[in-house]
Amino acid sequence: MLIDPVTLVVALIIASTPVLLAAIGELVVEKTGVLNLGVEGMMIVGAVTGFIVAVETGSVTLAYLAGMAGGMVLSALFAILTQVLLSNQVATGLALTLFGIGLAALLGVGYPGSTPPRVPDIFPQALQDIPIAGPILFGHSAMIYLAVMLVATVWYVLQHTRTGLILRAVGESHDAAHALGYKVIRIRILAILFGGACAGLGGAFLSVARVQNWIEGMTVGAGWIALALVVFASWKPWRVLFGAYLFGGISALQLRLQAAEVNVPVALLDSSPYVVTIIVLVLISSDRARAALNAPASLGKVFHASG
Amino acid sequence: MIVLEKRPTPSRFWGAATPVAAVFLTMIAGGIMFAALGKDPVEAIRIIFWDPLFNAQFASYSRPQLLIKAGPLILIAIGLSLGFKAGIWNIGAEGQYIIGAICGAAFGLAFWPSESPLLFPGMVIAGLIGGWAWAMIPGVLKTRFRTNEILVSLLLVYVAEAILASAATSWLRSPDAMGFPGSRNLARHPGTDNPELIAGTGMHWGVLAAFIAVIAAYVLMNRHVLGYQIRLAGQAPRAARFAGVDPNRLVLLCLGISGALAGAAGLFEVSGPAGQISIDFNVGYGFTAIIVAFLGRLHPIGILLAGLLMALTYIGGELAQLMLGIPAPAIQAFQGMLLFFLLALDVLSNYHIRLKRTEAA
Repeated sequence: MLIDPVTLVVALIIASTPVLLAAIGELVVEKTGVLNLGVEGMMIVGAVTGFIVAVETGSVTLAYLAGMAGGMVLSALFAILTQVLLSNQVATGLALTLFGIGLAALLGVGYPGSTPPRVPDIFPQALQDIPIAGPILFGHSAMIYLAVMLVATVWYVLQHTRTGLILRAVGESHDAAHALGYKVIRIRILAILFGGACAGLGGAFLSVARVQNWIEGMTVGAGWIALALVVFASWKPWRVLFGAYLFGGISALQLRLQAAEVNVPVALLDSSPYVVTIIVLVLISSDRARAALNAPASLGKVFHASG
Repeated sequence: MIVLEKRPTPSRFWGAATPVAAVFLTMIAGGIMFAALGKDPVEAIRIIFWDPLFNAQFASYSRPQLLIKAGPLILIAIGLSLGFKAGIWNIGAEGQYIIGAICGAAFGLAFWPSESPLLFPGMVIAGLIGGWAWAMIPGVLKTRFRTNEILVSLLLVYVAEAILASAATSWLRSPDAMGFPGSRNLARHPGTDNPELIAGTGMHWGVLAAFIAVIAAYVLMNRHVLGYQIRLAGQAPRAARFAGVDPNRLVLLCLGISGALAGAAGLFEVSGPAGQISIDFNVGYGFTAIIVAFLGRLHPIGILLAGLLMALTYIGGELAQLMLGIPAPAIQAFQGMLLFFLLALDVLSNYHIRLKRTEAA
């Protein structure tokens, strides 16, 4: 057999985690009515800061924290521009990505090829040796499980807590939320920072745990795919998980097909994750009623309290 | 307490003054960045903005580079600005640029080694069509299925890059290259080349096309009903619909024009300055053009000036790399910074800033 299904599933889970982390953060941001197109920029800055700290300190935990910090610093810029200075969110998000890619490349000069510390698995070897279920369920580092727990937490908070209700209210109608006395700007800034931390963490996982190297421009569109996943998931956390696994599955599969040298053009395999993302976006958007129902009503609109 | 008060209409003074102020602030922030890299900030800024034009030693080389680099930036940014004005966000110009270059080059190579004077015009048309077709994908998906054009156009850049890699390494690879990637050299073959039109200026057909695009866009935006519809759709989408503006037609037109111009820019580059289809002939002009469009306030004349300035930072950046050892990505961060400051300062043109005492609630 060309491709072992168990290793494929393991690879799928690892490949999907950076996108999953970034997408779940962006979902929260969009739920509060803010469209941050800078995910790609925040991810790549997180990837480089995480990698630098991993190499310099040898600590994976510190590396993840540094990745979060890197993403957050960039998202803070976005927050100041869009929430305080009321700039256009689309343009500012693009600026964040363009700036982030340049900044990350600048910070990472001299780091390609460095070796980060090994990321430990958390379950004992005995569990990992169980056939099939072992490698799939127990064969990962802590971040894989944390990412899934983060999805569960975001789902619970948004759906079942007062905080979630306020977040959603701000995203559905910022004027009504403002009239009720909620601090729209403050809530949105916090959500943007959370999104930045998630994207940065996703980037750090990519460089430190998955690729274990720093390569300029290494996110190759993962941030944009994360944005697409949020739309694909109709702003529902569990569907983000599903979408991320779908994307991860295709990435993992196409890499294996390339390694197995099957008779399919490389260009087609290379572009398959992007093409599939586009196809899925089309399928989701063509369902008019559902797309309109689920998008936060104030998404991307500037809030300016008058009086 | 500082309070923002919305202006009824954007301030004309600040509209013109913010790009200048943003450039100035970027020089300061960039200077701090260069100082953090351990370089003399004043010297770095001088090398980037002054030496390419006026340094006795380098100017003769770098002055023609100004038009060579500004040409594609202006041509792409003019196309993007139409859509941006109407709220249609084509951010995948880089992909349209690549596909235009591949189509144009493929057309030229199909008739190799013909030296017919009709060949180059044919390549330009193929480039226009290639870029247009690539931009029609997000366009048709948006009008038919309401798919977000931002995400689709951007994701297609990665698809275009994959196609470019396969073109350069297999189906457009030069048969004489002994297995090395890259197509035949178009620039060194009469018939397929895009030559310097006036010696020593850097002026080639693409630069001329960029200037024509500036004039055409100016006329379109100010004298033509389509320009009026674009402005209306951007400022008041609902009013535009009542006025009979068909939003789908506008999406297809704006994406189509910007795609075609980006595709042509790609062809001019690949048959001139770049010379051949290679894996990485594209250097991100499609993305930098977004900054150019905004820095030029989406106005044709503004874009012309912004394109020249951005070209200057490219050349100055290369010079600074050579002279001071400033890493190449620093200039990309520098360009991104410029867009940040511009967007931040925009608050001045859209709002009055007033000092107010906080009243007891």
